Amino acid sequence: MSEQPQLKGFQGHEDPRPSQATPHQPGSAHEPGTDPVGGQAARMWNAGMGRRSGGAKGGKRRRGDVNAVVPDAEFRSYYGRAVLKPPVWTHEIAYYLFTGGLAAGSSMLGAVAALRGDVAARRGLRLTALGAVGASAYFLIADLGRPERFYNMLRVAKPTSPMSVGTWILSAYGPLAGAAAVSEVAPLLPRRGVFRPVRWVAGPAGAVAGAGAALTAPLLATYTAVLFADTAVPSWHEPYRELPFLFAGSALASGAGAGMLLAPLAQAGTARSAAVIGAGVELAAGHRVENGHGLVSEPFHQGRPGRFLKAARALTVAGAAGALLGRRSRLLSAAAGASLLVGSLLTRVAVFEAGVASTKDPKYVVVPQRERLRDRGALAHEEHRPEDEGAQPERAQEIRT
Amino acid sequence: MPGLGASFGRGGATGDLQDLSNADVIVIQGSNMAECHPVGFQWVMEAKARGAKVIHIDPRFTRTSALADTYVPIRSGTDIVFLGAIINRVLTQERDFREYVLNYTNASWIISEDFRDTEDLDGLFSGFDPETRSYDTDSWQYAGSEEHGDEEEETERSSDSETGQSMGSGGAPVDHQDIQRDETLQDPRTVWQILKRHFARYTPEMVAEVCGVPTDVFDDVAEAWISNSGRERTGALVYSVGWTQRGTGVQYIRTGAILQLLLGNMGRPGGGIMALRGHASIQGSTDIPTLYNLLPGYLQMPHAERHPDLQTYVDSIKGKNQKGFWGNADAYTVSLLKAYFGDAATEENDYLFDQLPRINGDHGTYGQVMDMIAGGKIFGYFLLGQNPAVGSANGRAQRLGMANIDWLVVRDLVMIESATFWKDSPEVGTGEIVPEECRTEVFFLPAATHVEKEGTFTQTQRLLQWREKAVESPDDARSELWFFYHLGRRMREKLAGSTDPRDRLLFDMTWDYPVHGERDEPDAHAVLKEINGYDVTTGELLPGYTALKADGTTSSGCWIYSGVYADGVNQAARRKPGREQSLHAPEWGWAWPMNRRVLYNRASADPDGKPWSERKALVWWDEDAGKWVGDDVPDFEATKAPSYRPPEGATGVEALAGDDPFVMQSDGKGWLFAPKGVVDGPLPAHYEPGESPFRNTVYTQQQNPARVIYTNHLDEVHPSPPEPGSEVFPYVWVTSRLTEHHTAGGMSRFLPYLSELQPALFMEVSPELAAERGLEHLGWAHVVTARAVVEARVMVTDRLAPLKIQDRVVHQVWLPYHWGSGGLTTGDVVNDLAHMTVDPNVHIQEFKAGTCDVVPGRRPQGRAALDLVDEYRLRGGVTMATGSVAVTQQYLDGEMDRGEQAVAGGTAAGTGEDHSLIEKVLSVRHEIRSAPGRPEQHGVDGKQLVIGQGPREREREQREGGGPHGAGAEGDEQGRDGR
Amino acid sequence: MISANSLSGRLDDPARDAGHVDAPPRKGFFTDTSVCIGCKACEVACKEWNAVPEDGIDLLGMSYDNTGGLGADSWRAVAFVEQSRPVGNQTAPFTSAVTGRGSERLQQGTVAAGLDVFEEASRLGTGVPGGQPVADVAARESGGCGSGGSGGCGCDGGAGAAAPGTVGERGTAEAADEGGQFLGMPGMLAPAALPDRDGRQAVRWLMMSNVCKHCTHAACLDVCPTGSLFRTEFGTVVVQEDICNGCGYCVSACPYGVIDKREEDGRAWKCTLCYDRLRDDETPACAKACPTESIQYGDLDELRERAERRRQQLHDVGVTEARLYGHDPEDGVGGDGAFFLLLDEPEVYGLPPDPVVTTRDLPSMYKHMAVAAGAMVLGVVAAAVGRR
Repeated sequence: MSEQPQLKGFQGHEDPRPSQATPHQPGSAHEPGTDPVGGQAARMWNAGMGRRSGGAKGGKRRRGDVNAVVPDAEFRSYYGRAVLKPPVWTHEIAYYLFTGGLAAGSSMLGAVAALRGDVAARRGLRLTALGAVGASAYFLIADLGRPERFYNMLRVAKPTSPMSVGTWILSAYGPLAGAAAVSEVAPLLPRRGVFRPVRWVAGPAGAVAGAGAALTAPLLATYTAVLFADTAVPSWHEPYRELPFLFAGSALASGAGAGMLLAPLAQAGTARSAAVIGAGVELAAGHRVENGHGLVSEPFHQGRPGRFLKAARALTVAGAAGALLGRRSRLLSAAAGASLLVGSLLTRVAVFEAGVASTKDPKYVVVPQRERLRDRGALAHEEHRPEDEGAQPERAQEIRT
Repeated sequence: MPGLGASFGRGGATGDLQDLSNADVIVIQGSNMAECHPVGFQWVMEAKARGAKVIHIDPRFTRTSALADTYVPIRSGTDIVFLGAIINRVLTQERDFREYVLNYTNASWIISEDFRDTEDLDGLFSGFDPETRSYDTDSWQYAGSEEHGDEEEETERSSDSETGQSMGSGGAPVDHQDIQRDETLQDPRTVWQILKRHFARYTPEMVAEVCGVPTDVFDDVAEAWISNSGRERTGALVYSVGWTQRGTGVQYIRTGAILQLLLGNMGRPGGGIMALRGHASIQGSTDIPTLYNLLPGYLQMPHAERHPDLQTYVDSIKGKNQKGFWGNADAYTVSLLKAYFGDAATEENDYLFDQLPRINGDHGTYGQVMDMIAGGKIFGYFLLGQNPAVGSANGRAQRLGMANIDWLVVRDLVMIESATFWKDSPEVGTGEIVPEECRTEVFFLPAATHVEKEGTFTQTQRLLQWREKAVESPDDARSELWFFYHLGRRMREKLAGSTDPRDRLLFDMTWDYPVHGERDEPDAHAVLKEINGYDVTTGELLPGYTALKADGTTSSGCWIYSGVYADGVNQAARRKPGREQSLHAPEWGWAWPMNRRVLYNRASADPDGKPWSERKALVWWDEDAGKWVGDDVPDFEATKAPSYRPPEGATGVEALAGDDPFVMQSDGKGWLFAPKGVVDGPLPAHYEPGESPFRNTVYTQQQNPARVIYTNHLDEVHPSPPEPGSEVFPYVWVTSRLTEHHTAGGMSRFLPYLSELQPALFMEVSPELAAERGLEHLGWAHVVTARAVVEARVMVTDRLAPLKIQDRVVHQVWLPYHWGSGGLTTGDVVNDLAHMTVDPNVHIQEFKAGTCDVVPGRRPQGRAALDLVDEYRLRGGVTMATGSVAVTQQYLDGEMDRGEQAVAGGTAAGTGEDHSLIEKVLSVRHEIRSAPGRPEQHGVDGKQLVIGQGPREREREQREGGGPHGAGAEGDEQGRDGR
Repeated sequence: MISANSLSGRLDDPARDAGHVDAPPRKGFFTDTSVCIGCKACEVACKEWNAVPEDGIDLLGMSYDNTGGLGADSWRAVAFVEQSRPVGNQTAPFTSAVTGRGSERLQQGTVAAGLDVFEEASRLGTGVPGGQPVADVAARESGGCGSGGSGGCGCDGGAGAAAPGTVGERGTAEAADEGGQFLGMPGMLAPAALPDRDGRQAVRWLMMSNVCKHCTHAACLDVCPTGSLFRTEFGTVVVQEDICNGCGYCVSACPYGVIDKREEDGRAWKCTLCYDRLRDDETPACAKACPTESIQYGDLDELRERAERRRQQLHDVGVTEARLYGHDPEDGVGGDGAFFLLLDEPEVYGLPPDPVVTTRDLPSMYKHMAVAAGAMVLGVVAAAVGRR
């Protein structure tokens, strides 16, 4: 990740080895000996020193190799260095995914609540949506290298750039969700005077806005999947079919979670059902993402992303169960909602980190691509078809053992 | 470059770089061309693309090896054996280009019967005097001209005057009149037969044993070289400082020259010897020299005793009845004096010859440093574009020397170590230099860079290229030209009216250059015109050096450059792109002499003037036109027919026959055997480097007997077998350069774009050595010699291979020497490790092979570093006498121990004459080193250290159970006493 | 202007596809690594001309590569790979020049082995450590002895001879003998500490000046949300620094890991193929500075022919492992504007073996997104209807 200065295209380093101190340092954050690359080189060394023994899983470990921290795969690389540049995005992007999804889910359920006249649920969900989308906008802009130039996003509409598409979706959804939320505060206005007509139109206006938000919400919830998939990051790109469903389910679940948290039991029925459905989709899609892509699925099982995903799965299951059983307990219902929310958040963070991890080890790039080359050779230069990947997992297995 | 000078007549690369692309085989030895001459290397790649084989022979696999077809690892310092074995093969298998050899070399000349070869004297040539460490060369002469032995070479002065250097543009004088020949080559005293006997012992087996090159690999190289030479094919040899920076460097070059002559590769397309110079315009600074012993155009600096007047001076250059263009030495000299003194120089006052400064001994840079350390002789020092604190051998001695004078002027682009040594050198850490007390006052004057001034560079192939000024230099930065012109002008102003005779020279000199700009920058064109020379009667610029006269009617600042401004055109500024003209691009810049690109190109045609072969035609005799024509300017009198034979008694140019291609040579031929011009032997012989872990297995004689050693407590040489203690320094270290940095670093270490490319000092070691010494890649290790300890990061790489020598494995360590205490990337000064054993011909230090020890981890700092060095010195029994053995046989027989030999031949404080100095030096106590400002120096009692304990005593000791290193043991005691 | 192949596949004139009318012929680089001498003049010339900041003064220990690959502050980067293998530009002109290791056989063996590590791996079972040079496998196959060590790995110290077990094991066995010392470059096993190396040098040293590929289908350009990255009339890809807002999308999109964000500046930077010089009809700085014409600049079509001729020439003299990379208009990125002649597998130089522009799958991504969005709506409806 990018707490380190991005020198020489390498981010993040473990165990920096003291390297040659120079009286002159590039950039500001760069201290002698902590050049990430120097650190990387050093790490590769220490791994390479042949002294490394602890933690080595059996004889599978490629002895003395820099990539000893991951199971073996037969491939060559340039000093074990990453082929790709790890994403420069920070965790803010992961939070952005979550808040966007939450906003979307909330708006949709809010619309349902509006139709059914569940006022309390509607109010809670609409306000949640506004808060979430506000946070989204903040995270999105804060992650820019030049935030003051955010507006440049609006100078073009570019279908080939999911981020451009997303920006427009956000700018369509945001005001609607905002209006819907604002309409909720109209009743607090004085009954007399200039505000009278406002109070009068607030209801209908809010209803319209809410409906509009609900209609754009699904796009907001799912475009982020394309945002990730449309990169060279192996663990983001390969599962590009499942990712939208994962995010959709996660968004729905989080929205439902909010609903269960905020709405009185009587009005949380829709949320509870939505929670179960959302959780189901999220878990199903998640399973495909985590296991359907051979070597490239590996990062979803290791380290922080691995742990986060386990926790997320547990919380989501618990949340769904709570939604089923919590019909009579406001407390249980609320707890279930909360665990759904946290579960959804962890899922997004895990997906984000897994992708970053997949860019730091060259094997996730080299091995699958050599695979592809071999297939192409077999298929006599036939045009690469998505189905090709279908054949991958088995082979990937044999590579990893 | 006397190696080339003595062999061919001119001390410059014999061809141009483009010509390399005509070669069928290119052998690069003692050079890392791709890294140090990347631009010229494009022509090697061109040749390779055309199918030539490229062979790289080097101790270390470099970026040059990476691009070569074949790489041959060799032990540093053994090239003579490798080449000698090829020569042996050529001679015994008669694979030479016989027609060429008979006509263009001195193979059939008959040598004096007094001559004794290394074969007869076990490693020495006849005429060696161990007392003076020098040769009497009478016995080396051609039969019948013995008495013409160059008297200069009879004493130790031979090396002082660096006669060799003056071969830069012309062979040594011999009398060609009464030379005896034997065309059948059967006479045992012919050069041919002597060569045969001399090289007989240089066999492939010897190569394997000494160089560590397997026989089959050797065979491949030898075959490739030989089979790609001759009538239809040619091979080129490329060398650079990997050969010259040695105690026997000149003889390396001689060996290459002999081989190329035998194979008929000289003066022909794709042949020749490409001597790559050290860096930008270093060729220029020997043509118009910054050397103490030369005047412009390789005229030697007058000697106080030997050259009382112009006549004797000129005669000593051209000799009696000498052939060739040196015959006009008088014209060159007089024209130079006219350029110096203008109208003040007249025939009556001998053209003010006696006004010229004189030399009377070795005033070479290393001798100077010794004098600075000793104190009392040198008080001021100018440094221009030089950073001795980093770039010169034994930087420690350099810095301590500079810290012991009154004033130092440094003109450079940045604050180099030589300007800051008094406050940040390692010696400050050791307390040897105390900034507050250091007496040296340093004046730093910012200099203009090459883009901030106009003038010429003379690069590796003798090509002068004019530089335009691109930008104004900042602030006070000024050009050298500005600095010296105005310095002289102000001195004249200050001395105006002085009647002191010693000031007269200053007033007699022509010192009136037009200036321009508000900075009064002197006009560089005017200077170049002065160098080109005028007809002083008409004021016309001269067309070339053939127009120079000895009657005072012409002037020329440097006769070999005469013609650079021919027709009033700045020939050096010509810029016609190569693609718009022939390969040799004659209209790009201007090459001396007379814009000839391939020297001795008369030899590209057979004796009758026809090309040896169509494929290898360069210049030939056009019968109808009655002149020499071809793709290059003929390096021969344009209209002298091949059939021309000189009349009886002719001398000089007139005496050159139509088949004498080596026009600067006193007999017109290429010298396989060099009766003159090389002071340490007429033929090359293999001696181990000044420091070697191995016993010489070629001869009993271990090192070059004529090498010059500066004996000083700061510059002790490690013992080599048979002396005891060599095993304390088991490894061989070599230093050279990286592409990314420039020599001593002043132009690279201070620039971020270059510093980031090679950001730290490192040493390259083989995995085997790393295992043996426990070194970690990227970790620290330090190299120890008796001079200093230097630390560097470790680079473990397969590119260094251990070699099996005499059934022992030897490891070589390599370090680049660019680092110092200044700049964006800093590091220890690698040259501190080096010792000042120098070549007797040219006084070049031995950078390319020394012994050392390698220890993992960082080095001790401050005084502890000195203690570490002392420990090694004591363990190895290193004193000022070690490594000083002149004649090994005498040492083995116990006739003369190394102490006596040191006293006899050692060169103390720069001058080899005062033995009392040696005594003084021998008795320096080491725990108190030279402390500038504090004159007195204490001493270890040399006797107590059992200097030069001979083998007999050793045997006795061993019998009495004494350790094999009595010297070391005793030393330890002494060391304890000392503390 | 958007054609069927705008996102992927063969596209002969990206400039026109990007809307340039009567654009000049497409310009590009052909980098011939077989004549690269690793002088790094390209790196310095590039920085001087484009005022690229210094990139950190730190010793990396990766042979002579202290740049560490391309990045925001290194638009040219020379890779150095040391291999203990007597092949490639070390063509032995005389059969026994590299002796004792059946080098000739080894070469053919290498080629015969088809250079497919997976095949080798499956053939030799799981014991073969990752990154083992095929040469060694081939050597073992052909009974010769690979002298070990290449790009991704290192020493088999003549394991052919030592052999039971694998190279890797031998590597560490050695390391163990040496008191747990690792010896050699990072990312590799120990260099070949051969039992009797005296006089035998079986090393080759690969050098390659890497640069932005200026893909026909440039993912960085496709995903840029501000239009800061654009396709020039020369068919090259350039960042407009006055528009880039540092969203960082291009960084993740590049399949070669070329473009990167400059931390102290926040914007993305990469090679412009000296757009300013091109407009003045000048050769880009790096190509201009290259002394051995390893970097060749010109019209892409002409360069591709030249490259093919060079490849053929090398094969004719026995350099059978010479191959072109990024020259094929049919490949995953529609061919590179800057392509290479390599002497080993791309990954050895840190290049992806088969890069594919990510936007090739973009249509399919949007389809799946639409379905997922629909599913979400259905889910909500279902929930509303089926509430309990």
